[in-house]
Amino acid sequence: MSISLSSLQRRRNLLQKIVFNIFRLAALINGLALFIIIYFMIANGWKAINWTFLTQPPVDSMTKGGILPCIVGTLCLSIGAILIAMPIGVASAIYLNEYARPGPLIRVIRLGINNLAGIPSIVFGLFGLAFFVVWLKMGVSIIAGALTLGAMTLPVMIGSTEEALRAVPDTYREASLGLGATKWQTIYRVVLPAALPGILTGTILGVSRAAGETAPIMFTAAVFFTPSLPVSIFDEVMALPYHIYVLATAGTEIEATRHLQYGTALVLIFLVLGMNLIAIIYRSRLRKRMQ
Amino acid sequence: MDKPVKIEVKNLNFYYGEFQALQNNSLNFHINEVSALIGPSGCGKSTFLRCLNRMNDLISISRVEGNILLDGLDIYDSSVDVVMLRSRIGMVFQKPNPFPKTIFENVAYGLRVNGIKDKGLIENRVEESLKLAAIWDEVKDRMNESALGLSGGQQQRLCIARALAVEPEILLMDEPCSALDPIATQKIEELIYQLKKSFTIIIVTHNMQQAARVSDITAFFYLGELIETGETNTIFTRPKLKQTEDYITGRFG
Repeated sequence: MSISLSSLQRRRNLLQKIVFNIFRLAALINGLALFIIIYFMIANGWKAINWTFLTQPPVDSMTKGGILPCIVGTLCLSIGAILIAMPIGVASAIYLNEYARPGPLIRVIRLGINNLAGIPSIVFGLFGLAFFVVWLKMGVSIIAGALTLGAMTLPVMIGSTEEALRAVPDTYREASLGLGATKWQTIYRVVLPAALPGILTGTILGVSRAAGETAPIMFTAAVFFTPSLPVSIFDEVMALPYHIYVLATAGTEIEATRHLQYGTALVLIFLVLGMNLIAIIYRSRLRKRMQ
Repeated sequence: MDKPVKIEVKNLNFYYGEFQALQNNSLNFHINEVSALIGPSGCGKSTFLRCLNRMNDLISISRVEGNILLDGLDIYDSSVDVVMLRSRIGMVFQKPNPFPKTIFENVAYGLRVNGIKDKGLIENRVEESLKLAAIWDEVKDRMNESALGLSGGQQQRLCIARALAVEPEILLMDEPCSALDPIATQKIEELIYQLKKSFTIIIVTHNMQQAARVSDITAFFYLGELIETGETNTIFTRPKLKQTEDYITGRFG
């Protein structure tokens, strides 16, 4: 048998090269897109960022000053949303994946969760306005906004937690039950710790989305302008994405505040990246401990 | 066969949905004996083993008929707490499955879930179990390292130590050496020989030589039926049935 290249083998090798290069290009486009966005934001916004910008409220009809109330507001809203979505999401996922017996009820619940994920964020905003703000009389407040964002984050949270639970091998569960552990002990001591890195990934995705959303909070939590920082969860707040929206569409001097808009966007991006970074570091430490 | 009966299986039928995986099996297991369950893949020997600690309860479409008596008490009786039952019956699985925890925590796990908090007691029991499972010398200096860093054979002996720590009366082993090399297998087999002094051991194996080496009693399963059972020597030298002979001599399998 000859091992020199026949024309068939040449064609196969060429095809393989072409396909791999197409995939490589696809991956490059991804990285490039992120790079361009961040570069664009930094190029346009970095001049706006200084100590005053980060530590002072806006002044002169929001054409000068800083964005401190927006930073604080967005932090409150995203942390609140995660505090609401994480326990409910993880608990639901544990129920669906570990306890529930398959049946029509479970199918309906799953259908509900999947559809919840597909609802546009503005609809969540209107729901939050009608349900939390008006009907439950919470008013425009951190709590109403966090609940609305939490409801929106829930399907992501449930989905990624279920994925993480499914990735835990059944042999762990069997070993634990075989040693005389109860189902709950098995979940709490073996399954959840093993699934935690995956659950954190879901949390990262959830918090990133919650922090950047405008529509769900514009009727439920965010206000056009307030110079004071919130002191309770029933206070209304400013928020970074809504502030950008306001400056870019309804401000008194849209063109003159361009650099402030980009600066705010830059702060938002780094805030989200920072929150992600904390979760990623924690996750990799967990993984290392398990190896 | 004068040793006292530990487990008595009477007319056991087992169904996965419509499919009947076990057909009317009756078999006794005696204290301080090793019983081997052999038979071709899919013959129901693992299913049979998993009935003994009710691990099959996890499969929602499964159904059990017949009786399994542990010291004369039916383990499928409604008054039996399955968690308590499983702490009396240790299980070792086909693939080594240590938890992603430290070596120490793996062995201590069964004690902790069973409510033991005394640190000194836990430490003693962990050491005893690791010694009993013949792995103490290999791990005593790395108790706080992850169990996943051990070799396959060490992991399996760790899993045996983990099962022993709960002080079970019975040890179920589901093809415990199928993922191991010959040297690790030999270690486990020597271990089984030691352990039978204190436990009732039931082992499922695909390896005919292994059954011949480690067991006192052999039971041959085929298509969910218990075809023949008897002393291992007899089964391997003078089986009563042609089916058994064909299987152990490798004419089908």
